Amino acid sequence: MIKCISGYNMRFYFSISVLSVWLLMVILVPVMDLHPNSIVLEKILKTADQNSIFGYDDLGRPLFDRLMAGAYTSFTVAFGVVLVSLLVGTSIGVISAYAGGRWDHLMVRIIDIFMAFPGILLAIALSGLMGPGITNVIIALSVVGWVGFARLSRAQVMSIKQSEHVLSARSLGASHSRIIIYHILPLTIAPLLIELTFGIASVVIAEAGLSFLGLGIQAPEASWGSMIRDGSQYLLMAPHMVLVPGIALMMVVLAVNMLGDSIRDMLDVKR
Amino acid sequence: MSGYILCRIFSALIVIFGVVFIVFMLIHMVPGDPVEVMLGESASSVDREMLRQTLGLDKPLTEQFYQYLYKLSQFDLGTSLHSKQPVSELLVERIPPTVELTLAALLVAFLMAFPLGILAALKKDRWQDTTAMTFSLLGISIPNFLMGPLLILLFSIMLGWFPVSGRDGLISLVLPALTLGTALAAILSRMIRASLLEVLNEDYIRTARAKGLGTARVIGLHALKNAMLPVVTLIGLQIGALLAGAVITEMVFSWPGLGQLTIESIQKRDYPVVQACILLISTTYVIINTLTDIVYGVLDPRIRLSR
Repeated sequence: MIKCISGYNMRFYFSISVLSVWLLMVILVPVMDLHPNSIVLEKILKTADQNSIFGYDDLGRPLFDRLMAGAYTSFTVAFGVVLVSLLVGTSIGVISAYAGGRWDHLMVRIIDIFMAFPGILLAIALSGLMGPGITNVIIALSVVGWVGFARLSRAQVMSIKQSEHVLSARSLGASHSRIIIYHILPLTIAPLLIELTFGIASVVIAEAGLSFLGLGIQAPEASWGSMIRDGSQYLLMAPHMVLVPGIALMMVVLAVNMLGDSIRDMLDVKR
Repeated sequence: MSGYILCRIFSALIVIFGVVFIVFMLIHMVPGDPVEVMLGESASSVDREMLRQTLGLDKPLTEQFYQYLYKLSQFDLGTSLHSKQPVSELLVERIPPTVELTLAALLVAFLMAFPLGILAALKKDRWQDTTAMTFSLLGISIPNFLMGPLLILLFSIMLGWFPVSGRDGLISLVLPALTLGTALAAILSRMIRASLLEVLNEDYIRTARAKGLGTARVIGLHALKNAMLPVVTLIGLQIGALLAGAVITEMVFSWPGLGQLTIESIQKRDYPVVQACILLISTTYVIINTLTDIVYGVLDPRIRLSR
């Protein structure tokens, strides 16, 4: 038992510290003296020096500065999408399950239809048609993202609304909004929290994927995905162009996945 | 039994209808005038009117939708704005490479996931388990647009074993299939581990062991067969992710499949082709999911009776 707890704790603290460091750096980006778009022709494809610890890209821009600017983009999109999806998805899911009947039936069908689009395919189509830009990326990914939260919160509320404490609140004359906010929502937080952490990881990957395809953040703004795409043209001469944003992306996604895993294990009473 | 199958097919048809509606609406969700987006601001008003008429955008929305449905029922997906070829011809050319890539990725996933998952379950909480599950976590965390360039760097550029890109024989299939299959292998190996662990505690496994059967026979003949149900469902669900992942993988390796056609058409703003690609991939996904559900119901009577 003790061994198990320490195992979860180790993963939990590792992922929390990796994410906190990134979060801190992202918060500090606006006050850092970064020049992600400054071009120095003599430094094209050069490796690290005292001005840029990660080297330079194909236009002679410092990779460290671009990595930080890319992190800022990634986290902004991730928080934006997860917030919009959480608010929209949970509201729809909770209300639909609580109301029940025809509305719930219709909602289930709509959720099924959105789930029929595999992965980020719908986001690729939407952001491709709407054009690049951070707002369009957030919209496109939210159109895909709300479904997970809606389905999860609906399933939660379906079982909670039958429980005795909700029945007694109702018999005491509590209003629907009071029952939802004080007696149902608090019980859905734990599973939504797990979905939220995995959601952040998938949004970070999806944003980078869209930018990799040239459908996400518009050049010259930095994004990890577009940095990886630019770098894959120069794999032979400057592998650091792919490795730097690639390792950063992998670290963040790995940390978020481990965090989600350890939260799930901690909340799982069966273990 | 037939009631269960009919019910699944009926709900699949409703979902496909919804998918058709969303794909139809895609063109109307674009902010501004879709014709201007397609042709650019510099196009003459005569060209714009012509395109508007060709796409039927000058008619009321409901009439447009009826026409779209009617054409779909005739398997008429329209004409490419760019190459002027019928869209169905373009799709037929691109389907075989994508099917080839998806099947190869599935094979890669099986070959990696089964040994890893079985090993992890047999050696639970030992170093073999930790290593296998760390690999699996890494596999989930490396997106294929990063895995692709990394594999190219190692196996094509440094070792020179495989071609960098293109579709030229079986050898060119290896890296794209590895790229696409690794993430599935990672998820699958976790699932195999989890469902094997559940089965390994059952009484009939103890009986099999007590009879003196070797580990290989216990796993192969008794445990795996019963642990396969959730794994089969997962494979069905993941084929959709595989199809979406193929879009990015095909771009990394210049693989001439449906995914590459989708992205190229988005870049060229060739709406009819984009709509057809999204529709084809999503419908395939719905059909595969429905088949998985039906197979699951056939294999396990508890599922169909519970509904």
